[in-house]
Amino acid sequence: MSRAGSLTLATLAKDLRLEWRSKDAINSMLFFALLVVVIFSFSFDPTAEESRHIAGGLVWVAFLFAAVVALNQTWARELHNQVLDAYRVSPAPANALFLAKALGNFIFVSVLEALMTPLFIVFYNLRALGPAYQLPIVAALGTWALVVNGTFFAAMSLRTRSREIMLPLLLFPISIPALLAMVEATTSILTGEYSAKFWLVLLAAYDVLFTMASLLFFETVLHAE
Amino acid sequence: MKRAFPVLAILTAVLLSYGLYQALVVAPTEQTMGDVQRIFYYHVPSAWTAFILFFVNLVASIVYLASRNPKTDALAVAAAEVGVVFCTVVLVTGPIWARPVWGIWWTWDLRLTLTLVLWLIYVSYLMLRRFSSSGQTPLIAAVLAVFGALDVPLVYFSIWFFRTQHPQPVMGNGGSIDPRMLHALLINWLAFSCFAALVCWSRYRLEVLRREVDETQALEALLEKGVPERGSSR
Repeated sequence: MSRAGSLTLATLAKDLRLEWRSKDAINSMLFFALLVVVIFSFSFDPTAEESRHIAGGLVWVAFLFAAVVALNQTWARELHNQVLDAYRVSPAPANALFLAKALGNFIFVSVLEALMTPLFIVFYNLRALGPAYQLPIVAALGTWALVVNGTFFAAMSLRTRSREIMLPLLLFPISIPALLAMVEATTSILTGEYSAKFWLVLLAAYDVLFTMASLLFFETVLHAE
Repeated sequence: MKRAFPVLAILTAVLLSYGLYQALVVAPTEQTMGDVQRIFYYHVPSAWTAFILFFVNLVASIVYLASRNPKTDALAVAAAEVGVVFCTVVLVTGPIWARPVWGIWWTWDLRLTLTLVLWLIYVSYLMLRRFSSSGQTPLIAAVLAVFGALDVPLVYFSIWFFRTQHPQPVMGNGGSIDPRMLHALLINWLAFSCFAALVCWSRYRLEVLRREVDETQALEALLEKGVPERGSSR
């Protein structure tokens, strides 16, 4: 295994262990998403047929908001005891650190989605009329689209005042095409009215493009002084 | 260069007044839409100018990333700020025109949505600059500009697929537009571009001056701090 790979794994394992012991991110995300589900359910009170059309949007908006909670904690954790400064002066490749953080967030948000999906099904009486096997693909591609940019922008907003507010302000405008793709793909699978192919391709293109851009610029952003 | 500024200012004033005359008096009234169509002479040139300015911002950001020349960053700020203003004009004049003509204020049409998303991205760019602590602002802002530019084709394709029924393009195909209308449009575009260049230029000079003042103040603060230390050591 290459040096960068083992670095990524070491950082990822450290983050997962920290999260396993504290459960800060996952608990706050879960409760936040639960609140969003309940509030949406109150405010719309849809029938099964309607909910099939709006559920895609609700699910992803809830996950997007909840993901911001986890993303905000990504780098904040490294600010204690100047851990991030130690990263900067160490010869470790910056991209290994970025990949570890992005993968960690991907795992957190995926766990959240796995736990929240049954709840959505219960609250909104959902049953997919289209090819349901595509839903995990949409979830994986969509989650990566959110966390790769989210992790990058969280690193950028470290340098700003009130960074907790800054992250969604940067992330949401750029994520509009990805969000549209996730929502449309999910809706098309739930209703079975049209094919999700185009949206899956768009999501994949978004993922590839922004993963490359993040890897290209992360070192610059990390070392910006 | 400084002499050119008043010349450009006068040229802009002349062009803007000539453009106003062309748009309100010379250009014929549109058959179906009536006088409300005349907003088109401000709407379309503003849009083109805004897109040019966003493009200038992107180029300046890339050059900044490559060269780290603070002057290109000052140009990027100026272009983004003025671009957002022109883009706001587009987003405000559009619904004013759309309400009587289409019967609706807003529709999620391709160009409308693309303009709105661009506006959102550049507002977030300006917010980032406003909230960021001074030293690293140019760098992270330049990176955000590049990310925003990468986003544009994706937004384009997603909206294109999402809403395939867009209204007829006003320009380009057909060529059925009255030459006097086209003339008024192009004059106004020229005037707006000059106006944008003028505002950008003064904003750029302001930004460069502001940085000089900041640097001088920082230097003075350092010197002042140095004096009592010397005094106490004596």
